Amino acid sequence: MGAKEMKYILLMTGTRAGVDGYRAWSKNDVNAHFAFLNRFNKELSESGEFVANEGLAAPEQARIVKAGKDGVPVTDGVFPEAKEFLLGYWIVDVESPGRAYEIAGRLSAGPGPGGVPTCMPIEVRQIMSGRTDELT
Amino acid sequence: MHADRSAADHERANRRIDMTGGLLDERSEHLLRDLAPQVLGAVVRKFRDFAAAEDAVQEALIAATTQWSRDGLPDNPRAWLIHVASRRMADHIRGEVARRRREHTAAEEAERLALPVDAGAETGDDDTLVLLFMCCHPALSRASAIALTLRAVGGLTTAAIANAFLVPEATMAQRISRAKQSIKDSGIPFQLPTTEDRAQRLRAVLHVLYLIFNEGYASSTGPQLRRADLSDEAIRLTRIVYERQPENTEVAGLLALMVLTDARRAARTGPNGELIPLAQQNRRLWDRQQITEGTALLSTVLPKGSVGPYQLQAAIAAVHDEAASAEDTDWPQILALYEFLKRMSDNPMILLNHAVAAAMVHGPGKGLELLSALDSDARLSERHRLEAVRAHLLEMAGDREAAITHYRIAASRATSVPERNYLVLQAARLSEILSADEANS
Repeated sequence: MGAKEMKYILLMTGTRAGVDGYRAWSKNDVNAHFAFLNRFNKELSESGEFVANEGLAAPEQARIVKAGKDGVPVTDGVFPEAKEFLLGYWIVDVESPGRAYEIAGRLSAGPGPGGVPTCMPIEVRQIMSGRTDELT
Repeated sequence: MHADRSAADHERANRRIDMTGGLLDERSEHLLRDLAPQVLGAVVRKFRDFAAAEDAVQEALIAATTQWSRDGLPDNPRAWLIHVASRRMADHIRGEVARRRREHTAAEEAERLALPVDAGAETGDDDTLVLLFMCCHPALSRASAIALTLRAVGGLTTAAIANAFLVPEATMAQRISRAKQSIKDSGIPFQLPTTEDRAQRLRAVLHVLYLIFNEGYASSTGPQLRRADLSDEAIRLTRIVYERQPENTEVAGLLALMVLTDARRAARTGPNGELIPLAQQNRRLWDRQQITEGTALLSTVLPKGSVGPYQLQAAIAAVHDEAASAEDTDWPQILALYEFLKRMSDNPMILLNHAVAAAMVHGPGKGLELLSALDSDARLSERHRLEAVRAHLLEMAGDREAAITHYRIAASRATSVPERNYLVLQAARLSEILSADEANS
């Protein structure tokens, strides 16, 4: 009994238009955004909640690999109709789901062009544990 | 029988926390870790600065690992560690003084450094307890208290603790330094709590030890095997408290609960980490030595009459452990113990287990009735448990279709892979029975 730490993954997804738009950000806007991300990661580390953070290479480089019926894999580019891409993720170890949502909210409020929050959607998913608590 | 025992022994041998990278033999490592809190106590008494002393002792432990493995044990390991840690403290203070460049402080510190090293063993035992009270202070967050306890009292390295909790070392280091900051801010003195505070503070210590045990016990399978030794560590630390407070019935109760639960560890999961419920466990894999120890502890404390929640939970574990088979389980006895426990705590997990015991004694209908009272209980954070129990009781009642539905609801809410797999398998098992019945009719 008693709450335990829980790990959550915060998935940052963006649209094609968003990715293209970002590449046209001004130097100041880009710098401000990176300064924000640095601060954000530092704070997560200081609060003892940081587990991992990675950004993904541009979606143009993505390939979809899928086994064909004959078992031979087929490699393809990302389908043009795919509207959303995973851009990066954070893993945090927190004491409540509420805390994970709070962290995601801060991320989404990060500065975009002109310092206006990007309001990027952050998908918050709990990571399954390997725990085997007693089942009665 | 013999093969089963050696499998359990093998498992036990494989789950030691590897704090020294295999450099020290087991005996030296145990000695080092037993000495860690005593050394820290002596250094804190001498220099007063807990946070810095704790860092200095950690460095001394790491130095000991290298040097002892190379040169063998020193004549007086305790004095050796105090000496090395004190030297680190002196360096630290010199650095601080230089930084501040304040004459009077330098004089003051020089005077303090001239004090003889307190290497007397007479304060060692009490210091371990004082440290535990400090590290488990209610002002600390649970995560911080756990981390600091394992490092300052358990003598584990930050890396080993981080590894056990599957977080980066830097993150664990932050939790430890936050814990030390909280201690500093709240001005917790380095002494035993006052008599009026003692009971409440001891409860906080026991709760932290209980959480450390559970963290290890619940994660003792598959890829997370290395985390299992957290429960060994919790048992070791609880034993230390018990040796110093043998009269406290709840300390003995917690120790009994831990060993009686840990006794079943080898039997509770299958070769692929799959969950095996109590009723289906191979009881020959249960550790008889631990069961004997746990029941002996209980039989000395229960007659004393001040029965608390840990003793009751231990008593329930003992009833399970003493049953030769699942069918032999004395459920009326377990139900009676849960009735007691319910009066002391309205924890929803206890209510859930109480419903199971009631179903075993009075039939599934009674259990299902008790569960419906829990439907609206917002505190039951692990909702899948409620649905898993409901599914199990529906199956007992012969309502297979409803049982399948609730096993699947439970699976959709589970947050652990082994539990989800177990629940999906239960639903699949019942579905097969159902379709076989249909084919036969």
